[in-house]
Amino acid sequence: MSREELMLEVEDLHVYYGAIHALKGISLKVPKGAIITLIGANGAGKTTTLTTIAGLVKARSGRIKFMGEDITNKPPHTVTQMGIAMVPEGRRIFPNLTVYENLMMGAYTRKDREGIQEDLEWVFQLFPRLKERLTQLGGTLSGGEQQMLAISRALMSRPKLLMMDEPSLGLAPLLVMEVFDVIKKINGEGTTILLVEQNAMGALKTAHYGYVLETGKIVLEGPTDELLQNEEVKKAYLGVA
Amino acid sequence: MSGTIFLQNLFNGLTLGGLYALIAIGYTMVYGILRLINFAHGDVLMIGAYLAFYGVTLMSMPWYISVVVAILGSAGLGFLIDRVAYKPLRESPRISALITAIGMSFFLESFAVVVFGGIPKSFLSITPRFLKKVVVVFGARIQVLTFFALATTVALLALLLWIVYKTKIGMAMRAIATDIPTTALMGANIDNIIGFTFALGSALAGAGGIIWAMRYPQINPYMGFMPGLKAFIAAVFGGIGSIQGAMLGGFILGMMEIMIVGFFPQLAGYRDVFAFVILILILMFKPTGIMGKKLTVKV
Ligand SMILES: Nc1ncnc2c1ncn2[C@@H]1O[C@H](COP(=O)(O)OP(=O)(O)OP(=O)(O)O)[C@@H](O)[C@H]1O
Ligand SMILES: [Mg+2]
Repeated sequence: MSREELMLEVEDLHVYYGAIHALKGISLKVPKGAIITLIGANGAGKTTTLTTIAGLVKARSGRIKFMGEDITNKPPHTVTQMGIAMVPEGRRIFPNLTVYENLMMGAYTRKDREGIQEDLEWVFQLFPRLKERLTQLGGTLSGGEQQMLAISRALMSRPKLLMMDEPSLGLAPLLVMEVFDVIKKINGEGTTILLVEQNAMGALKTAHYGYVLETGKIVLEGPTDELLQNEEVKKAYLGVA
Repeated sequence: MSGTIFLQNLFNGLTLGGLYALIAIGYTMVYGILRLINFAHGDVLMIGAYLAFYGVTLMSMPWYISVVVAILGSAGLGFLIDRVAYKPLRESPRISALITAIGMSFFLESFAVVVFGGIPKSFLSITPRFLKKVVVVFGARIQVLTFFALATTVALLALLLWIVYKTKIGMAMRAIATDIPTTALMGANIDNIIGFTFALGSALAGAGGIIWAMRYPQINPYMGFMPGLKAFIAAVFGGIGSIQGAMLGGFILGMMEIMIVGFFPQLAGYRDVFAFVILILILMFKPTGIMGKKLTVKV
């Protein structure tokens, strides 16, 4: 893999919460155009990895490079402006803003009215249900609708890299499949994706390459078809003996 | 109470209430975002009045220019207070910022004593002559200033609602009131939005201070204390964090103050006590205020 093809590169990242050593030297690479997944049990450090890349949590040491530029410990608004968007854990819809305003918050840094309009049409195509609910307050949407809105809101910044933290969590099985389909669709339109999931099966079937995280360390990585065949992965994450 | 006196009281109540509302908004907006009671807010009102005073007396500006400059100056002061005093403490325990707020209030008052002098200054020379005229409405004698103050207040409140509900920065202000980190993830610069909120609230306080000074035509370094306190009570009464609540709380409080004295003149000496009785009652029976919701837990 040559350097130019890399969208994101994380090198030996260490993160602490007070005395808790949450990330113990994480390294990972996200090539341009790929879907990369990060799986692991509760408390493994998946969310911390994403929030540190986004600039919400400070790294103690290590390096994060985005499109060849060092973005380690840059403030979150700078990181977003450079082209990284996130679907945060738990959706984090603005409950007191309408669906339309939530989407416009996603486009906060943009000034190209026409482009914003185009992207609105695009997310309505992905999630037609949102269009019917534009004037409804975000807090009154159902969990599934909130997840669609969280994904759409992130897309409204027209990101180069989309980070998603457990987008399938708490959704009905049918909707889970829909979300993974949408992820593929978004990727097909050219957006690179870093996907964090508890649903290892869904994630590994959707992504091209995967990392397995355990208590702050990457213990396994490889192309997803290999990980799906891996005995340890099968036992620990796919629920098959 | 005769009909004409009632009418007079009605206008006085509305005007006083409007002033409380103008000042209360700054408290409520800052509290909504930072969970901080900005004790220095009342002193911004005082500085605003002094700026308008010196604009006319020292710089010989026409009064309306001086007023606009003073309001902008108040906004700048609010922004500066946040940058200097509160921003460095964003990650600190809330009590640190609270103590700093009290310190900032003392600082501004002492600064005013040293620079402007402790002796009250008459604001009469600043107030344009046409505002001092008295008109008779249905037999009630009402100063033009009262209408002017009321109209200005309502216009400013409408402008504020427009900013908060119809503009992009207003949308961001509402967003960070519920979720600061997620707003940052949207690419919005949190410090700028908070700074803008301080500036906006302080501009309204400055305007309120100038109108206050025109009505009680003198200014002194401690003039911000009482209106600041009352406006704070109005904000709590309305439901702190809620802008509409602050407006409603301000009008109700102002109207009650005037009307109670109007109906029971023998209670006039206790006028300032009512607000505190209301504060105690609201804290006892409905701590979230009339329009307040339970505050969402901040993450
Ligand atoms: N704000 C915080 N303060 C203290 N410790 C934290 C904080 N956030 C996370 N941690 C700790 O850091 C570790 C990693 O947490 P993280 O949220 O990154 O895990 P995760 O892999 O996303 O888990 P889950 O699948 O449950 O979401 C955990 O031990 C957690 O307790
Ligand atoms: Mg997590």
